[in-house]
Amino acid sequence: MSVQSEGAPAHRPTFAALSARDKLAKSAPFLLLPVLALVGLALIGTWPTWLTLTVSGLAMGMMIFVMASGLTLVFGLMDVINFGHGAFISVGAFVGISVLAGLGDWTGAASLALNIGAVLAAVIAAMAVTGALGWGFERVLVRPVYGAHLRQILVTVGGLIVIEQMIHVVWGPDEIFLTRPEMLKGVTLFAGAAVETYRLLAVVVGLVLFVAMRMVLRRTKIGLIVRAGVQNGEMVEALGYRLRLVFVGTFVAGSALAGLGGVMWGLYQEVITAGMGEEMMILVFVVVIIGGLGSVEGAFIGALLVGLLQNYVAFLAPKLALVSNIGLMTAILMWRPEGMLPVVRAK
Amino acid sequence: MSEPILKLEGIETDIGRYHILSGVDLEMPRGQVTMLLGRNGVGKTTTLRSVIGHWRAKSGRILFDGQDITRMPTPAIARMGLGFVPEDMGIFSDLTVEENMTLAAASGPLSPKRRDRIFAAFPPLATFWRAPAGTLSGGQKQMLSIARAMAEERRLYLIDEPTKGLAPAIVSTMAAALRELKREGASILLVEQNFAVARALGDRAAVMEGGRIVWTGAMAELATDAKLQSRLLGLSVEGV
Amino acid sequence: MIRLFSGDGPRSTILALILIVIGLALAFAPFLFPGVRALETAARICIFVVLAASYDLLLGYTGIVSFAHTMFFGLGAYGVALASTHMGRGFTALGVGTLAGLAAAVALALVIGLFSLRVRAIFFAMITLAVASAVTVLASQLSAVTGGEDGLVYQIPRALGPAMRLDREIAGVTITGKILNYYVVFAISLVLFLLMLRIVNSPFGRVLQAIRENDFRAEAIGYRVVRYRVTATCLSAGFAALAGSLWAIWLRYVGPGTTLSFEIMLDILLMVVIGGMGTIWGAALGATLMVLAQSYLQNLMALAAGATEALPILSRLLDPDRWLLWLGVLFILSVYFFPTGIVGRLRARAAR
Repeated sequence: MSVQSEGAPAHRPTFAALSARDKLAKSAPFLLLPVLALVGLALIGTWPTWLTLTVSGLAMGMMIFVMASGLTLVFGLMDVINFGHGAFISVGAFVGISVLAGLGDWTGAASLALNIGAVLAAVIAAMAVTGALGWGFERVLVRPVYGAHLRQILVTVGGLIVIEQMIHVVWGPDEIFLTRPEMLKGVTLFAGAAVETYRLLAVVVGLVLFVAMRMVLRRTKIGLIVRAGVQNGEMVEALGYRLRLVFVGTFVAGSALAGLGGVMWGLYQEVITAGMGEEMMILVFVVVIIGGLGSVEGAFIGALLVGLLQNYVAFLAPKLALVSNIGLMTAILMWRPEGMLPVVRAK
Repeated sequence: MSEPILKLEGIETDIGRYHILSGVDLEMPRGQVTMLLGRNGVGKTTTLRSVIGHWRAKSGRILFDGQDITRMPTPAIARMGLGFVPEDMGIFSDLTVEENMTLAAASGPLSPKRRDRIFAAFPPLATFWRAPAGTLSGGQKQMLSIARAMAEERRLYLIDEPTKGLAPAIVSTMAAALRELKREGASILLVEQNFAVARALGDRAAVMEGGRIVWTGAMAELATDAKLQSRLLGLSVEGV
Repeated sequence: MIRLFSGDGPRSTILALILIVIGLALAFAPFLFPGVRALETAARICIFVVLAASYDLLLGYTGIVSFAHTMFFGLGAYGVALASTHMGRGFTALGVGTLAGLAAAVALALVIGLFSLRVRAIFFAMITLAVASAVTVLASQLSAVTGGEDGLVYQIPRALGPAMRLDREIAGVTITGKILNYYVVFAISLVLFLLMLRIVNSPFGRVLQAIRENDFRAEAIGYRVVRYRVTATCLSAGFAALAGSLWAIWLRYVGPGTTLSFEIMLDILLMVVIGGMGTIWGAALGATLMVLAQSYLQNLMALAAGATEALPILSRLLDPDRWLLWLGVLFILSVYFFPTGIVGRLRARAAR
């Protein structure tokens, strides 16, 4: 054969357009949300009730997403499954609520600025503590067990228990009740329905976080490294990037987000317990499984689906609310065994 | 003669319980194309992966431009100026072609001059610049994989079977691009099963057998000696 | 003897001695250790040996982590409880309840296994955790059926109850229905234990271990990995359910706290890890140690907490309610430093 040294390649480029069917398959998970909302509306019947339930469902979903995002990325990047993630939720809640309690003057005042300031302080403290805790957790517990799923699960479960018990040691054995800051109490009239102000805030915060996370993942080099690393970590290293550092960074950020989720959830429930993280982990796992392990978008849709479904079912058939998530998970896994938006891995 | 760009001394590598490399010795002259040849499963890919650090050599020494990189982490080796094109191409399929190239230029933005050069060598990459790399055809993915290695000035390229499973027309595009690299004086360690391509590009050849290198010499010598070829590579002589 | 053990003996003199002591102590428990508390402990050991061994079938021999083992245990227990409540006291009720619980557990394990093991083994841990917690919630919410948080109290055949007394004494101990009940528990546990020992040493068990070591290779050799894993899951669930039925027969009470709680799940995990994953004997040893520690060590902690009352943090750390804290620490340490557990250590020593 002859090997040409010059000239254009002999093949003709054809644009690899997605067929309509592929496009539908890709966007189908996104369509599930409005479909679920409409089915909910049809079954619930009245607009204000539906709107109230939808807002609280979205609020709950956003909070679960905040907790789940770090877990799914950590799995995608390093194939590490962290069963101790829930501990950061609890620790975040306890630290945050303690700070809020210390700032009683600010939370009790009828001033939005002071209230928000107190919440911000609580959030920053919670994220700092859980971020640092995540760093230590990765270093001490996770690092020695890379590549060994069985031991990862066992060790991180052990970590979860120890941290949860330490919360008991530090904060005492009982649950702590709290009240939200003055201006975050009560309801707001919104499109003809009374909606709890705090839930609206939670929706906004969750949405902002999701958009920000997407921006970071799409537009920054760190984001590119993370996305590429989820698909093929080895190649990212062969291009000269220290994936380990990126991974530790993601682990710390994910832990801090879990802490933030803990504060938000504590304020939402107005009570915190050491076991709350463990309870939330059930929902977090359901969300990352149905979203597709490693996918942030998948976790987002999954979290909103879980939140909406749980709230609708709680209204329609209260006893089935918690089981509904298992039903959702079963249905989605029957449809897509790898989850809605699975990440394509090289190996 | 100047110092070799890459020197392997008695490299032994295990994968799991399997002993793959049992003492690879190789000296790669600077500014030349060295072909790494041999039948399937003799350890060519493992040799490349040992150099970049994806598999760790259990014993022996790897010198890159005189520096011992045997125990260095992969990113550090890469940053010394080593471009790696793995056998499976290692494309980030959820990322666009542009994003793949952005990542490949690790030390700074991709210079327009380099980009134009890459477009000239691989026109389809310009066409699909903003398309997800996963939607590319096999040949286009291979182009992207080599283009990534070309995104920066490298001191050494490790390229694993760039023409595997490609249509003849694309093979010649690939060969042209590699020849261009060669003309600029790049040092390339190239694993290649297509003997015609190997003969056209290679300055030197190293043939592996059972986890070690059993023959080294000028590519021209191997190319003209049919007996040697059939002994080392099991190639049939017709068509050569 | 070796045949009884399916050719898989303790393979360490020290281990053999310990196991003989445990076996003899359990066999003659009512006569060696008088008192209600000791008999409770002995029965608990018998049942948890079976439960831990059945978990090891999955964790140790198949390399799959499940968090739903207490769910299967609970299904067996609730089966007996519900049957005894609705059919009235009697051996028929016990049999029907046991079989129903067994069937439910195996069926559920089959469904979960097919769903989660088909794609990725790692899904299994997460999915079992989610399903088990949903079942726990369900059990406490459906109080009309399950008695909710309070659980169910029911009657078992008179012959097995404490009120029945034989007029005879053996070795100075009056034989009561409770003692007969203990021997029912002991005998069935022993049979189940030997059966599991047989399973893991059968060709089937060896394939499981091959899959655990390298699932790609096992698949390449031609074993249907998913089918083997799902079968192991079902077997493990079935044995757990039988242990649950025994537990229900012994306790005459079933509630979420005694069968379904996550705490029991952790106990089982610890028993298997400390005893030695992948050795049925290790499960027996781990279960015995854990149950003894739980029954007697917690008192010790209370004493220590009382003695250190002056030091606030230390006394809080030693509070018997912080039992789990120490279990967690022990658990992490054993996964790191004794991955083969006590049995693995002793065998390695004997082999030297």
